[in-house]
Amino acid sequence: MTPRFAPGVRLHHDHARDRWVVMAPERMFVPDDIALEVLRLIDGTRDTATIIDQLAEKFAAPRDIIATDVTAMLADLRSRGAIQ
Amino acid sequence: MNAPLALLAELTHRCPLRCPYCSNPAELTRASAELTTAEWSRVFTEAAALGCLQTHLSGGEPTARRDIVDITAAAHQAGLYTNLITAGVLLDAALLSRLTAAGLDHVQLSVQDADTTNAENIGGMPGAHARKRTAAQLVREAGLPLTINAVVHRQNLHNLQAIIDLARAWGAARLEVAHVQYYGWALANRDALLPTRAQLDEATRIVNAARGELRIDYVVPDYHAHRPKPCMGGWGSRFLAVAPNGDVLPCHAAQSITGMVFPNIRDTSLHDAWHHAPAFNRFRGTAWMPAPCQGCERAEIDWGGCRCQAFALTGDAANTDPACALSPHHAVLADALEKAATNTFRYREFS
Repeated sequence: MTPRFAPGVRLHHDHARDRWVVMAPERMFVPDDIALEVLRLIDGTRDTATIIDQLAEKFAAPRDIIATDVTAMLADLRSRGAIQ
Repeated sequence: MNAPLALLAELTHRCPLRCPYCSNPAELTRASAELTTAEWSRVFTEAAALGCLQTHLSGGEPTARRDIVDITAAAHQAGLYTNLITAGVLLDAALLSRLTAAGLDHVQLSVQDADTTNAENIGGMPGAHARKRTAAQLVREAGLPLTINAVVHRQNLHNLQAIIDLARAWGAARLEVAHVQYYGWALANRDALLPTRAQLDEATRIVNAARGELRIDYVVPDYHAHRPKPCMGGWGSRFLAVAPNGDVLPCHAAQSITGMVFPNIRDTSLHDAWHHAPAFNRFRGTAWMPAPCQGCERAEIDWGGCRCQAFALTGDAANTDPACALSPHHAVLADALEKAATNTFRYREFS
């Protein structure tokens, strides 16, 4: 499965407040640090397995733990309508 | 002081529709007094620098401006999330394609009713409804997310379920069901628009029942409330508007408060307007508040409610919003409901 941003949704750097925000139709939210790591890897070409691999490598963490976190995070982002 | 998150860019007051609850001021700005493309470009750049993340390109009808594509491009290039708030009747495939290329992020399309005859009676433009349906289709085909905005009131609430069905049929990902807010034009037409308590309760039930099927934002009317809306999240706190003539406003209705002098983008920067203009500082925070707001545990939740409504209904913008049950003026809302109900009865018709 390859997650991608829903139409009208994008990750945006909020220069004035030095943070990242997810901009969506008529709403925005500030992702937490873990969500941000996942969101930055969503480009419509990386599939979920690749995202998990990259984060496991980046954080030198067991793949199954990262997989659990990423799967939950993607489900949460999907329920918010941020990704498809 | 907070930095604003959103800029409402009221590009023009011109509009082919004539809705009797329009949020534009009673005194409309002429085309000759509108800001130029370059001035809007400056506004967007300064808004982004000030902290705005998104802009609502609105009006009037924003696509009535011949430079709407350049304006959209300028907002996008400034780094703002762009939301076109349109009646849809001037949109065609070529324009939408150019807007998409210019970086448009989202379209909010107004619908006056699901019933064509009633919709066009309310909007005052024959043929508008079919054009809106076409506009919705064009937005979907362009791959842009679509929100339908339905302003509801006594003349269309009986069709609320059909409006929800229409939003789904037209491919909207979101629906806003917004009860009329009674300032300006809507206040002048209040007796014809204000719903009864029973109508409001039925509308709320219908919206809640439909929530599983569609993302719905629901704005309730103040007249049946006990606590006021935290209007704009507080005056000069998160939001600013720029009117077609360049006036910089804490909310789009603020010009209805006679006697207030607002800064104009032709004389000042957006930064100075936000930070230093007396009009922005007048109702910031809690120090300005009268009793019963002063010391109220909800002072920083409700922010005293709406300044424009306080002015419209009590004659003083510094009063507590009469929507609050603690306001000494709260009874004016009950009086209005009673008057509107009488009006309903007088004009009742067999269907």
